[in-house]
Amino acid sequence: MTELVAEKLSVHAGKTALVAQADFRVGAGEFVALIGPNGAGKTSLLRASLGLEKANGGCASIDGDNCAELAPMQRARRVAYLPQQRPLAWPNTVRDVVALGRYAYGAAPGRLGNQDADAVERALMKCGLKELASRHTDTLSGGELARVHFARALASDAGLLVADEPVAALDPRHQFRIMDIIHQYVAAGGGALVVLHDISLAARYASRMIWMKDTRIICDGPVEDTLTAERMADVFGVRAKVNGRAVEIEGAA
Amino acid sequence: MTANRALTPALLVACIIAVFIACLLGSTPMPIDRVLLALFGSGDVSDQIVIWQIRLPRALAAFATGAALGISGAALQGLLRNPLAEPGVLGVSASASLFATFSLYYGLVALSPWVLPIAAMLGALAATALIALAAIKTRSVVTLILVGVGISAFAGAAMSLLMNLAPTPFTLSDMINWMLGSVANRSFRELGFAAPFILGGSAILLASRRGLSALTLGEEAASGIGLNLRNQRILTVLGAGIATGGSVALAGAIGFVGIVAPHIVRPFVGHDPARSLIPSALLAGLILVLADIGVRILPTVNELKLGVVAALIGAPAFIWIAMGRRAIHD
Repeated sequence: MTELVAEKLSVHAGKTALVAQADFRVGAGEFVALIGPNGAGKTSLLRASLGLEKANGGCASIDGDNCAELAPMQRARRVAYLPQQRPLAWPNTVRDVVALGRYAYGAAPGRLGNQDADAVERALMKCGLKELASRHTDTLSGGELARVHFARALASDAGLLVADEPVAALDPRHQFRIMDIIHQYVAAGGGALVVLHDISLAARYASRMIWMKDTRIICDGPVEDTLTAERMADVFGVRAKVNGRAVEIEGAA
Repeated sequence: MTANRALTPALLVACIIAVFIACLLGSTPMPIDRVLLALFGSGDVSDQIVIWQIRLPRALAAFATGAALGISGAALQGLLRNPLAEPGVLGVSASASLFATFSLYYGLVALSPWVLPIAAMLGALAATALIALAAIKTRSVVTLILVGVGISAFAGAAMSLLMNLAPTPFTLSDMINWMLGSVANRSFRELGFAAPFILGGSAILLASRRGLSALTLGEEAASGIGLNLRNQRILTVLGAGIATGGSVALAGAIGFVGIVAPHIVRPFVGHDPARSLIPSALLAGLILVLADIGVRILPTVNELKLGVVAALIGAPAFIWIAMGRRAIHD
Protein backbone atom coordinates (compact mmCIF):
# COMPACT_ATOMS: atom_id res chain seq x y z
CA MET A 1 0.00 0.00 0.00
CA THR A 2 1.85 3.03 -1.23
CA GLU A 3 0.99 6.67 -0.77
CA LEU A 4 2.40 9.55 -2.75
CA VAL A 5 2.13 12.96 -1.09
CA ALA A 6 3.14 16.34 -2.51
CA GLU A 7 3.26 19.41 -0.30
CA LYS A 8 3.59 22.92 -1.67
CA LEU A 9 5.51 21.54 -4.65
CA SER A 10 6.86 24.20 -7.03
CA VAL A 11 8.85 23.81 -10.22
CA HIS A 12 10.48 26.59 -12.23
CA ALA A 13 12.23 26.60 -15.58
CA GLY A 14 14.46 29.65 -15.35
CA LYS A 15 12.11 32.40 -14.23
CA THR A 16 8.96 30.77 -15.57
CA ALA A 17 6.86 28.88 -13.05
CA LEU A 18 5.74 25.48 -14.31
CA VAL A 19 4.09 24.26 -11.13
CA ALA A 20 3.15 26.49 -8.19
CA GLN A 21 2.44 25.32 -4.66
CA ALA A 22 0.87 22.01 -5.56
CA ASP A 23 -0.62 19.84 -2.81
CA PHE A 24 -2.10 16.42 -3.46
CA ARG A 25 -2.06 12.86 -2.24
CA VAL A 26 -2.73 9.57 -3.99
CA GLY A 27 -3.11 6.35 -2.06
CA ALA A 28 -4.12 2.71 -2.41
CA GLY A 29 -7.41 1.93 -4.12
CA GLU A 30 -7.67 5.35 -5.74
CA PHE A 31 -7.90 6.07 -9.46
CA VAL A 32 -7.00 9.73 -9.71
CA ALA A 33 -7.26 11.56 -13.03
CA LEU A 34 -5.05 14.61 -13.45
CA ILE A 35 -6.93 16.96 -15.75
CA GLY A 36 -5.94 20.21 -17.40
CA PRO A 37 -5.17 21.89 -20.70
CA ASN A 38 -1.81 21.62 -22.47
CA GLY A 39 0.87 23.58 -20.66
CA ALA A 40 -0.96 23.56 -17.31
CA GLY A 41 2.04 21.86 -15.69
CA LYS A 42 0.74 18.30 -15.36
CA THR A 43 3.86 16.54 -16.63
CA SER A 44 6.18 18.74 -14.55
CA LEU A 45 4.04 18.01 -11.50
CA LEU A 46 4.32 14.26 -12.08
CA ARG A 47 8.06 14.40 -12.70
CA ALA A 48 8.75 16.57 -9.68
CA SER A 49 6.55 14.51 -7.40
CA LEU A 50 8.57 11.42 -8.36
CA GLY A 51 11.88 13.20 -7.85
CA LEU A 52 12.75 12.90 -11.55
CA GLU A 53 12.84 16.67 -11.86
CA LYS A 54 14.23 19.00 -9.24
CA ALA A 55 11.53 20.81 -7.30
CA ASN A 56 12.24 24.47 -6.55
CA GLY A 57 10.07 24.45 -3.47
CA GLY A 58 8.04 22.14 -1.30
CA CYS A 59 8.56 18.42 -1.20
CA ALA A 60 7.11 15.12 -2.32
CA SER A 61 7.28 11.85 -0.47
CA ILE A 62 6.45 8.21 -1.01
CA ASP A 63 5.36 6.51 2.20
CA GLY A 64 7.07 9.25 4.17
CA ASP A 65 10.41 9.07 2.31
CA ASN A 66 11.43 12.20 0.46
CA CYS A 67 11.37 11.44 -3.28
CA ALA A 68 14.33 13.65 -4.05
CA GLU A 69 16.51 11.58 -1.70
CA LEU A 70 15.16 8.15 -2.57
CA ALA A 71 17.55 6.00 -4.63
CA PRO A 72 16.19 5.46 -8.17
CA MET A 73 15.76 1.72 -7.68
CA GLN A 74 14.06 2.18 -4.31
CA ARG A 75 11.60 4.58 -5.89
CA ALA A 76 11.05 2.33 -8.91
CA ARG A 77 10.00 -0.56 -6.66
CA ARG A 78 7.25 1.58 -5.13
CA VAL A 79 6.05 3.63 -8.11
CA ALA A 80 5.81 2.58 -11.74
CA TYR A 81 6.07 5.55 -14.10
CA LEU A 82 4.86 5.68 -17.69
CA PRO A 83 6.12 8.86 -19.36
CA GLN A 84 4.37 10.62 -22.20
CA GLN A 85 7.12 9.81 -24.68
CA ARG A 86 7.60 6.09 -24.92
CA PRO A 87 10.26 5.46 -27.55
CA LEU A 88 11.68 1.98 -28.02
CA ALA A 89 15.21 2.17 -29.35
CA TRP A 90 15.53 -1.45 -30.47
CA PRO A 91 13.07 -4.01 -31.84
CA ASN A 92 13.23 -6.27 -28.76
CA THR A 93 10.67 -8.96 -28.07
CA VAL A 94 7.62 -8.02 -26.04
CA ARG A 95 8.75 -10.26 -23.17
CA ASP A 96 12.16 -8.56 -23.01
CA VAL A 97 10.60 -5.09 -22.85
CA VAL A 98 8.22 -6.19 -20.09
CA ALA A 99 11.21 -7.76 -18.29
CA LEU A 100 12.76 -4.29 -18.04
CA GLY A 101 10.03 -3.59 -15.49
CA ARG A 102 12.07 -5.80 -13.15
CA TYR A 103 15.18 -3.63 -13.53
CA ALA A 104 14.87 -2.25 -10.00
CA TYR A 105 15.14 -5.80 -8.65
CA GLY A 106 18.48 -6.36 -10.35
CA ALA A 107 17.05 -8.38 -13.21
CA ALA A 108 17.77 -7.91 -16.90
CA PRO A 109 16.20 -9.32 -20.06
CA GLY A 110 17.45 -12.87 -20.42
CA ARG A 111 18.52 -12.98 -16.77
CA LEU A 112 15.35 -13.24 -14.70
CA GLY A 113 15.04 -14.94 -11.33
CA ASN A 114 11.96 -17.05 -10.59
CA GLN A 115 10.16 -14.18 -8.91
CA ASP A 116 11.00 -11.85 -11.80
CA ALA A 117 9.85 -14.38 -14.40
CA ASP A 118 6.57 -14.85 -12.49
CA ALA A 119 5.96 -11.11 -12.33
CA VAL A 120 6.64 -10.78 -16.07
CA GLU A 121 4.23 -13.63 -16.92
CA ARG A 122 1.51 -12.15 -14.69
CA ALA A 123 1.95 -8.72 -16.30
CA LEU A 124 1.76 -10.25 -19.80
CA MET A 125 -1.42 -12.07 -18.78
CA LYS A 126 -3.10 -8.98 -17.29
CA CYS A 127 -2.44 -6.98 -20.45
CA GLY A 128 -3.52 -9.74 -22.81
CA LEU A 129 -0.06 -10.11 -24.33
CA LYS A 130 0.47 -13.85 -23.90
CA GLU A 131 0.21 -14.52 -27.61
CA LEU A 132 2.40 -11.57 -28.52
CA ALA A 133 5.17 -12.31 -25.98
CA SER A 134 7.70 -13.46 -28.58
CA ARG A 135 6.86 -10.82 -31.17
CA HIS A 136 9.33 -8.02 -31.89
CA THR A 137 8.03 -4.60 -30.85
CA ASP A 138 8.52 -3.08 -34.30
CA THR A 139 5.81 -5.37 -35.65
CA LEU A 140 3.12 -4.20 -33.19
CA SER A 141 0.32 -1.68 -33.61
CA GLY A 142 0.06 1.44 -31.46
CA GLY A 143 -2.61 -0.15 -29.29
CA GLU A 144 -0.55 -3.27 -28.73
CA LEU A 145 2.52 -1.18 -27.89
CA ALA A 146 0.54 0.79 -25.31
CA ARG A 147 -0.31 -2.52 -23.61
CA VAL A 148 3.36 -3.56 -23.72
CA HIS A 149 4.29 -0.39 -21.84
CA PHE A 150 1.58 -1.03 -19.29
CA ALA A 151 2.75 -4.59 -18.82
CA ARG A 152 6.26 -3.25 -18.27
CA ALA A 153 4.91 -0.95 -15.54
CA LEU A 154 2.82 -3.69 -13.92
CA ALA A 155 5.75 -6.12 -13.91
CA SER A 156 7.44 -3.96 -11.29
CA ASP A 157 4.74 -4.94 -8.75
CA ALA A 158 4.83 -1.33 -7.55
CA GLY A 159 2.00 -0.15 -5.32
CA LEU A 160 1.47 3.02 -7.29
CA LEU A 161 1.14 3.75 -11.00
CA VAL A 162 1.83 7.18 -12.47
CA ALA A 163 0.98 7.46 -16.16
CA ASP A 164 1.22 10.49 -18.43
CA GLU A 165 -1.40 10.44 -21.20
CA PRO A 166 -1.45 6.67 -21.58
CA VAL A 167 -4.37 6.63 -24.02
CA ALA A 168 -3.33 9.48 -26.32
CA ALA A 169 -3.55 8.51 -29.99
CA LEU A 170 -5.34 5.23 -29.31
CA ASP A 171 -8.60 4.15 -30.92
CA PRO A 172 -11.65 3.95 -28.62
CA ARG A 173 -11.42 0.18 -28.13
CA HIS A 174 -7.79 0.36 -27.07
CA GLN A 175 -8.51 3.35 -24.85
CA PHE A 176 -11.06 1.27 -23.00
CA ARG A 177 -8.73 -1.71 -22.77
CA ILE A 178 -6.02 0.46 -21.19
CA MET A 179 -8.49 2.05 -18.81
CA ASP A 180 -9.75 -1.42 -17.84
CA ILE A 181 -6.18 -2.48 -17.08
CA ILE A 182 -5.76 0.52 -14.78
CA HIS A 183 -9.15 -0.16 -13.23
CA GLN A 184 -8.19 -3.75 -12.41
CA TYR A 185 -4.88 -2.59 -11.00
CA VAL A 186 -6.68 -0.17 -8.66
CA ALA A 187 -9.30 -2.78 -7.73
CA ALA A 188 -6.43 -5.08 -6.70
CA GLY A 189 -5.24 -2.48 -4.18
CA GLY A 190 -2.98 -0.26 -6.26
CA GLY A 191 -3.20 3.50 -6.57
CA ALA A 192 -3.11 5.30 -9.91
CA LEU A 193 -2.41 8.89 -10.90
CA VAL A 194 -3.14 9.31 -14.59
CA VAL A 195 -3.02 12.33 -16.87
CA LEU A 196 -6.00 12.21 -19.22
CA HIS A 197 -7.23 14.58 -21.90
CA ASP A 198 -10.41 12.68 -22.65
CA ILE A 199 -12.69 14.09 -19.94
CA SER A 200 -15.55 11.67 -20.51
CA LEU A 201 -13.18 8.72 -20.27
CA ALA A 202 -11.68 10.19 -17.10
CA ALA A 203 -15.13 10.82 -15.62
CA ARG A 204 -16.24 7.28 -16.35
CA TYR A 205 -13.27 5.56 -14.68
CA ALA A 206 -11.69 7.88 -12.11
CA SER A 207 -12.61 7.94 -8.44
CA ARG A 208 -11.21 11.43 -8.05
CA MET A 209 -10.17 14.31 -10.31
CA ILE A 210 -7.37 16.79 -9.81
CA TRP A 211 -7.88 19.87 -12.00
CA MET A 212 -4.88 21.92 -13.03
CA LYS A 213 -4.82 25.31 -14.70
CA ASP A 214 -1.94 27.74 -15.23
CA THR A 215 0.59 25.92 -12.97
CA ARG A 216 -1.89 25.52 -10.08
CA ILE A 217 -4.12 22.78 -8.79
CA ILE A 218 -7.45 24.57 -8.64
CA CYS A 219 -9.65 21.73 -7.53
CA ASP A 220 -9.36 18.19 -6.16
CA GLY A 221 -12.28 15.93 -5.35
CA PRO A 222 -14.71 13.19 -6.42
CA VAL A 223 -15.85 13.30 -10.04
CA GLU A 224 -19.48 14.05 -9.15
CA ASP A 225 -18.48 17.13 -7.15
CA THR A 226 -15.78 18.64 -9.32
CA LEU A 227 -17.00 17.96 -12.85
CA THR A 228 -19.28 20.90 -13.68
CA ALA A 229 -20.09 22.90 -16.78
CA GLU A 230 -18.61 26.00 -15.12
CA ARG A 231 -15.33 24.22 -14.41
CA MET A 232 -15.10 22.94 -17.98
CA ALA A 233 -15.53 26.52 -19.17
CA ASP A 234 -13.04 27.86 -16.66
CA VAL A 235 -10.29 25.26 -17.17
CA PHE A 236 -10.63 24.27 -20.81
CA GLY A 237 -12.57 27.19 -22.27
CA VAL A 238 -15.28 24.93 -23.69
CA ARG A 239 -19.06 24.78 -23.50
CA ALA A 240 -20.03 21.44 -22.01
CA LYS A 241 -23.17 19.65 -20.89
CA VAL A 242 -22.59 17.76 -17.67
CA ASN A 243 -24.97 15.19 -16.28
CA GLY A 244 -23.54 13.31 -13.31
CA ARG A 245 -20.50 11.52 -14.70
CA ALA A 246 -21.49 12.06 -18.30
CA VAL A 247 -20.04 15.02 -20.11
CA GLU A 248 -20.57 16.24 -23.63
CA ILE A 249 -18.43 18.99 -25.08
CA GLU A 250 -20.35 21.20 -27.49
CA GLY A 251 -17.70 23.63 -28.64
CA ALA A 252 -15.26 26.34 -27.71
CA ALA A 253 -16.65 28.84 -25.24
CA MET B 1 17.18 -19.74 -28.64
CA THR B 2 19.85 -22.45 -28.96
CA ALA B 3 21.43 -20.69 -31.91
CA ASN B 4 21.65 -17.53 -29.80
CA ARG B 5 23.22 -19.36 -26.87
CA ALA B 6 25.84 -20.85 -29.18
CA LEU B 7 26.82 -17.44 -30.54
CA THR B 8 29.49 -16.51 -28.01
CA PRO B 9 31.20 -19.94 -27.85
CA ALA B 10 31.12 -20.18 -31.67
CA LEU B 11 32.68 -16.74 -32.04
CA LEU B 12 35.33 -17.62 -29.46
CA VAL B 13 36.29 -20.78 -31.36
CA ALA B 14 36.33 -18.82 -34.63
CA CYS B 15 38.64 -16.23 -33.08
CA ILE B 16 41.08 -18.88 -31.87
CA ILE B 17 41.07 -20.55 -35.30
CA ALA B 18 41.60 -17.19 -37.01
CA VAL B 19 44.57 -16.33 -34.78
CA PHE B 20 46.01 -19.77 -35.52
CA ILE B 21 45.56 -19.25 -39.27
CA ALA B 22 47.28 -15.88 -38.89
CA CYS B 23 50.26 -17.81 -37.55
CA LEU B 24 50.20 -20.18 -40.54
CA LEU B 25 50.00 -17.58 -43.28
CA GLY B 26 52.46 -14.88 -44.22
CA SER B 27 55.26 -14.09 -46.60
CA THR B 28 56.54 -17.62 -45.96
CA PRO B 29 53.63 -19.97 -45.27
CA MET B 30 54.43 -22.40 -42.47
CA PRO B 31 52.92 -25.88 -42.20
CA ILE B 32 50.64 -26.68 -39.26
CA ASP B 33 53.05 -29.05 -37.50
CA ARG B 34 55.85 -26.48 -37.43
CA VAL B 35 53.49 -23.76 -36.15
CA LEU B 36 52.21 -26.05 -33.39
CA LEU B 37 55.74 -27.00 -32.36
CA ALA B 38 56.80 -23.36 -32.31
CA LEU B 39 53.73 -22.33 -30.33
CA PHE B 40 54.55 -24.84 -27.63
CA GLY B 41 58.16 -23.70 -27.43
CA SER B 42 59.93 -26.43 -29.33
CA GLY B 43 60.96 -26.92 -32.93
CA ASP B 44 63.10 -24.69 -35.07
CA VAL B 45 64.39 -21.52 -33.34
CA SER B 46 63.70 -19.30 -36.37
CA ASP B 47 60.15 -20.69 -36.49
CA GLN B 48 59.72 -19.77 -32.84
CA ILE B 49 60.91 -16.23 -33.54
CA VAL B 50 58.53 -15.85 -36.48
CA ILE B 51 55.59 -17.12 -34.44
CA TRP B 52 56.24 -15.58 -31.03
CA GLN B 53 57.77 -12.28 -32.08
CA ILE B 54 56.03 -11.50 -35.33
CA ARG B 55 52.88 -13.37 -36.23
CA LEU B 56 51.24 -14.14 -32.87
CA PRO B 57 51.64 -10.68 -31.30
CA ARG B 58 50.43 -9.10 -34.52
CA ALA B 59 47.36 -11.31 -34.68
CA LEU B 60 46.61 -10.74 -31.01
CA ALA B 61 47.07 -6.98 -31.44
CA ALA B 62 44.54 -7.06 -34.29
CA PHE B 63 42.17 -9.05 -32.10
CA ALA B 64 42.58 -6.77 -29.07
CA THR B 65 42.08 -3.66 -31.21
CA GLY B 66 38.95 -5.08 -32.79
CA ALA B 67 37.58 -6.32 -29.47
CA ALA B 68 38.04 -2.90 -27.84
CA LEU B 69 36.33 -1.14 -30.75
CA GLY B 70 33.54 -3.72 -30.92
CA ILE B 71 32.64 -3.51 -27.24
CA SER B 72 32.95 0.30 -27.23
CA GLY B 73 30.78 0.56 -30.34
CA ALA B 74 28.11 -1.73 -28.89
CA ALA B 75 28.09 0.19 -25.60
CA LEU B 76 27.95 3.63 -27.24
CA GLN B 77 25.12 2.42 -29.45
CA GLY B 78 23.26 1.32 -26.35
CA LEU B 79 23.87 4.62 -24.57
CA LEU B 80 22.93 6.81 -27.53
CA ARG B 81 20.27 4.36 -28.73
CA ASN B 82 21.54 4.52 -32.27
CA PRO B 83 23.12 1.78 -34.40
CA LEU B 84 25.38 4.31 -36.12
CA ALA B 85 27.23 5.37 -32.97
CA GLU B 86 30.80 4.09 -32.91
CA PRO B 87 34.22 5.37 -31.77
CA GLY B 88 35.30 6.02 -35.38
CA VAL B 89 32.15 7.81 -36.51
CA LEU B 90 31.90 9.88 -33.32
CA GLY B 91 35.46 11.15 -33.71
CA VAL B 92 36.69 9.30 -30.61
CA SER B 93 39.35 7.32 -32.50
CA ALA B 94 40.45 10.39 -34.45
CA SER B 95 40.78 12.43 -31.29
CA ALA B 96 42.70 9.61 -29.59
CA SER B 97 45.08 9.29 -32.51
CA LEU B 98 45.54 13.08 -32.55
CA PHE B 99 46.63 13.04 -28.91
CA ALA B 100 48.87 10.05 -29.62
CA THR B 101 50.44 11.78 -32.62
CA PHE B 102 50.91 14.89 -30.53
CA SER B 103 52.84 12.96 -27.90
CA LEU B 104 54.95 11.38 -30.65
CA TYR B 105 55.58 14.70 -32.32
CA TYR B 106 56.89 16.38 -29.21
CA GLY B 107 58.92 13.36 -28.22
CA LEU B 108 56.93 12.86 -25.02
CA VAL B 109 56.84 9.13 -25.70
CA ALA B 110 60.56 8.94 -24.85
CA LEU B 111 59.68 9.73 -21.22
CA SER B 112 57.84 6.51 -20.51
CA PRO B 113 56.22 3.71 -22.49
CA TRP B 114 52.95 4.61 -20.74
CA VAL B 115 52.81 8.09 -22.30
CA LEU B 116 51.45 6.86 -25.63
CA PRO B 117 48.54 4.78 -24.33
CA ILE B 118 47.67 7.45 -21.74
CA ALA B 119 47.73 10.22 -24.37
CA ALA B 120 45.52 8.14 -26.67
CA MET B 121 43.14 7.42 -23.81
CA LEU B 122 42.93 11.09 -22.83
CA GLY B 123 42.15 11.98 -26.43
CA ALA B 124 39.44 9.34 -26.53
CA LEU B 125 37.97 10.51 -23.22
CA ALA B 126 37.97 14.16 -24.32
CA ALA B 127 35.92 13.28 -27.40
CA THR B 128 33.56 10.87 -25.60
CA ALA B 129 32.94 13.40 -22.83
CA LEU B 130 32.13 16.09 -25.38
CA ILE B 131 29.66 13.79 -27.08
CA ALA B 132 28.09 12.81 -23.76
CA LEU B 133 27.72 16.51 -22.90
CA ALA B 134 26.08 17.13 -26.25
CA ALA B 135 23.85 14.13 -25.57
CA ILE B 136 22.52 15.78 -22.42
CA LYS B 137 21.72 18.98 -24.31
CA THR B 138 20.16 17.51 -27.39
CA ARG B 139 17.79 14.62 -27.80
CA SER B 140 18.48 14.29 -31.47
CA VAL B 141 20.91 11.54 -32.31
CA VAL B 142 21.52 13.10 -35.70
CA THR B 143 22.93 16.14 -33.90
CA LEU B 144 25.22 13.87 -31.90
CA ILE B 145 26.57 12.19 -34.99
CA LEU B 146 27.15 15.63 -36.48
CA VAL B 147 29.04 16.66 -33.34
CA GLY B 148 31.13 13.51 -33.84
CA VAL B 149 31.74 14.38 -37.47
CA GLY B 150 32.88 17.81 -36.29
CA ILE B 151 35.28 16.31 -33.76
CA SER B 152 36.56 13.94 -36.43
CA ALA B 153 37.11 16.80 -38.87
CA PHE B 154 38.84 18.91 -36.25
CA ALA B 155 41.13 16.06 -35.18
CA GLY B 156 41.88 15.39 -38.85
CA ALA B 157 42.72 19.04 -39.48
CA ALA B 158 44.96 19.23 -36.41
CA MET B 159 46.67 16.05 -37.55
CA SER B 160 47.22 17.51 -41.02
CA LEU B 161 48.68 20.58 -39.36
CA LEU B 162 51.15 18.41 -37.43
CA MET B 163 52.02 16.57 -40.63
CA ASN B 164 52.43 19.89 -42.39
CA LEU B 165 54.93 20.93 -39.77
CA ALA B 166 56.64 17.53 -39.51
CA PRO B 167 60.39 18.10 -39.26
CA THR B 168 61.49 14.90 -41.01
CA PRO B 169 60.01 12.42 -43.47
CA PHE B 170 60.47 9.82 -40.75
CA THR B 171 58.08 11.54 -38.32
CA LEU B 172 55.71 12.06 -41.23
CA SER B 173 55.52 8.36 -42.04
CA ASP B 174 55.13 7.61 -38.34
CA MET B 175 52.12 9.90 -38.18
CA ILE B 176 50.57 8.44 -41.30
CA ASN B 177 50.76 5.07 -39.57
CA TRP B 178 48.68 6.46 -36.71
CA MET B 179 46.15 8.07 -38.96
CA LEU B 180 45.62 5.06 -41.14
CA GLY B 181 45.84 2.40 -38.47
CA SER B 182 48.00 -0.70 -38.61
CA VAL B 183 49.16 -3.58 -36.41
CA ALA B 184 52.32 -4.31 -38.40
CA ASN B 185 55.42 -5.01 -36.28
CA ARG B 186 53.58 -5.02 -32.96
CA SER B 187 55.29 -6.89 -30.14
CA PHE B 188 54.01 -8.36 -26.89
CA ARG B 189 55.56 -5.36 -25.17
CA GLU B 190 53.27 -2.90 -26.94
CA LEU B 191 50.36 -5.25 -26.43
CA GLY B 192 51.18 -5.28 -22.72
CA PHE B 193 51.01 -1.50 -22.47
CA ALA B 194 47.65 -1.28 -24.24
CA ALA B 195 46.05 -4.32 -22.62
CA PRO B 196 45.35 -2.78 -19.17
CA PHE B 197 43.37 0.00 -20.84
CA ILE B 198 41.46 -2.30 -23.14
CA LEU B 199 40.69 -4.73 -20.32
CA GLY B 200 39.89 -2.00 -17.80
CA GLY B 201 37.58 -0.13 -20.18
CA SER B 202 35.84 -3.36 -21.17
CA ALA B 203 35.39 -4.29 -17.50
CA ILE B 204 33.68 -0.95 -16.81
CA LEU B 205 31.40 -1.44 -19.81
CA LEU B 206 30.51 -4.97 -18.78
CA ALA B 207 29.85 -3.98 -15.18
CA SER B 208 27.45 -1.24 -16.27
CA ARG B 209 25.82 -3.06 -19.17
CA ARG B 210 22.45 -3.66 -17.49
CA GLY B 211 21.71 0.06 -17.67
CA LEU B 212 22.11 -0.09 -21.46
CA SER B 213 19.13 -2.46 -21.63
CA ALA B 214 17.13 -0.04 -19.49
CA LEU B 215 17.90 2.77 -21.94
CA THR B 216 16.01 0.85 -24.62
CA LEU B 217 12.91 2.53 -23.13
CA GLY B 218 14.35 6.02 -23.61
CA GLU B 219 15.95 8.12 -20.89
CA GLU B 220 12.73 9.19 -19.21
CA ALA B 221 11.29 5.71 -18.74
CA ALA B 222 14.74 4.31 -17.97
CA SER B 223 14.97 6.70 -15.01
CA GLY B 224 11.47 5.61 -14.11
CA ILE B 225 12.45 1.95 -13.82
CA GLY B 226 15.33 2.85 -11.53
CA LEU B 227 18.31 3.71 -13.73
CA ASN B 228 20.73 6.32 -12.42
CA LEU B 229 21.13 8.10 -15.74
CA ARG B 230 24.05 10.31 -14.76
CA ASN B 231 26.14 7.40 -13.48
CA GLN B 232 25.29 5.32 -16.52
CA ARG B 233 26.46 8.07 -18.86
CA ILE B 234 29.70 8.54 -16.94
CA LEU B 235 30.49 4.81 -16.80
CA THR B 236 29.76 4.15 -20.48
CA VAL B 237 31.70 7.20 -21.63
CA LEU B 238 34.60 6.31 -19.35
CA GLY B 239 34.66 2.64 -20.35
CA ALA B 240 34.38 3.31 -24.08
CA GLY B 241 36.94 6.11 -23.87
CA ILE B 242 39.51 4.01 -22.01
CA ALA B 243 39.05 0.94 -24.21
CA THR B 244 39.14 2.95 -27.45
CA GLY B 245 42.21 4.83 -26.20
CA GLY B 246 43.93 1.51 -25.59
CA SER B 247 43.06 0.27 -29.07
CA VAL B 248 44.32 3.47 -30.71
CA ALA B 249 47.56 3.30 -28.71
CA LEU B 250 48.03 -0.17 -30.13
CA ALA B 251 46.94 0.25 -33.73
CA GLY B 252 46.06 3.85 -34.51
CA ALA B 253 42.64 4.91 -35.73
CA ILE B 254 40.63 2.07 -37.24
CA GLY B 255 37.07 2.91 -38.09
CA PHE B 256 33.77 1.18 -38.70
CA VAL B 257 34.42 -2.25 -37.10
CA GLY B 258 32.55 -0.91 -34.08
CA ILE B 259 29.47 -0.44 -36.26
CA VAL B 260 29.59 -3.55 -38.36
CA ALA B 261 30.12 -6.10 -35.57
CA PRO B 262 27.26 -5.02 -33.26
CA HIS B 263 24.96 -4.68 -36.28
CA ILE B 264 25.55 -8.32 -37.22
CA VAL B 265 25.33 -9.53 -33.62
CA ARG B 266 22.17 -7.68 -32.57
CA PRO B 267 19.50 -9.97 -34.11
CA PHE B 268 21.12 -12.97 -32.37
CA VAL B 269 20.88 -11.44 -28.89
CA GLY B 270 17.28 -10.20 -29.10
CA HIS B 271 18.46 -6.66 -29.92
CA ASP B 272 19.47 -6.23 -26.30
CA PRO B 273 22.45 -3.85 -26.00
CA ALA B 274 23.68 -5.50 -22.78
CA ARG B 275 23.84 -8.94 -24.31
CA SER B 276 25.48 -7.62 -27.47
CA LEU B 277 28.69 -6.44 -25.77
CA ILE B 278 30.70 -9.66 -25.56
CA PRO B 279 29.70 -11.14 -28.95
CA SER B 280 30.35 -7.74 -30.58
CA ALA B 281 33.82 -7.64 -29.07
CA LEU B 282 34.60 -11.16 -30.30
CA LEU B 283 33.19 -10.57 -33.78
CA ALA B 284 35.02 -7.25 -34.21
CA GLY B 285 38.23 -8.93 -33.06
CA LEU B 286 37.63 -11.74 -35.55
CA ILE B 287 37.00 -9.28 -38.38
CA LEU B 288 40.25 -7.43 -37.75
CA VAL B 289 42.31 -10.62 -37.43
CA LEU B 290 40.89 -11.79 -40.77
CA ALA B 291 41.34 -8.36 -42.38
CA ASP B 292 44.94 -8.28 -41.17
CA ILE B 293 45.58 -11.72 -42.65
CA GLY B 294 44.23 -10.31 -45.92
CA VAL B 295 46.50 -7.29 -45.64
CA ARG B 296 49.51 -9.55 -45.15
CA ILE B 297 48.90 -12.04 -47.93
CA LEU B 298 47.66 -9.62 -50.60
CA PRO B 299 50.50 -9.24 -53.11
CA THR B 300 50.69 -5.44 -53.07
CA VAL B 301 53.88 -3.38 -53.46
CA ASN B 302 53.40 -1.57 -50.16
CA GLU B 303 51.56 -3.48 -47.45
CA LEU B 304 48.04 -2.11 -47.14
CA LYS B 305 47.15 -0.44 -43.84
CA LEU B 306 44.64 -2.37 -41.76
CA GLY B 307 42.65 0.80 -41.07
CA VAL B 308 42.31 1.44 -44.80
CA VAL B 309 40.98 -2.04 -45.44
CA ALA B 310 38.61 -1.79 -42.46
CA ALA B 311 37.24 1.51 -43.78
CA LEU B 312 36.90 0.14 -47.33
CA ILE B 313 34.68 -2.63 -45.96
CA GLY B 314 33.09 -0.69 -43.10
CA ALA B 315 32.17 2.61 -44.70
CA PRO B 316 29.83 1.07 -47.30
CA ALA B 317 28.29 -0.98 -44.49
CA PHE B 318 27.76 2.25 -42.54
CA ILE B 319 25.96 3.84 -45.50
CA TRP B 320 23.88 0.72 -45.97
CA ILE B 321 22.82 0.63 -42.29
CA ALA B 322 22.09 4.37 -42.31
CA MET B 323 19.90 4.10 -45.41
CA GLY B 324 18.05 1.09 -44.06
CA ARG B 325 16.95 2.89 -40.90
CA ARG B 326 13.32 3.74 -40.60
CA ALA B 327 12.46 7.34 -39.98
CA ILE B 328 10.41 6.56 -36.84
CA HIS B 329 13.53 6.02 -34.75
CA ASP B 330 14.30 9.71 -34.49
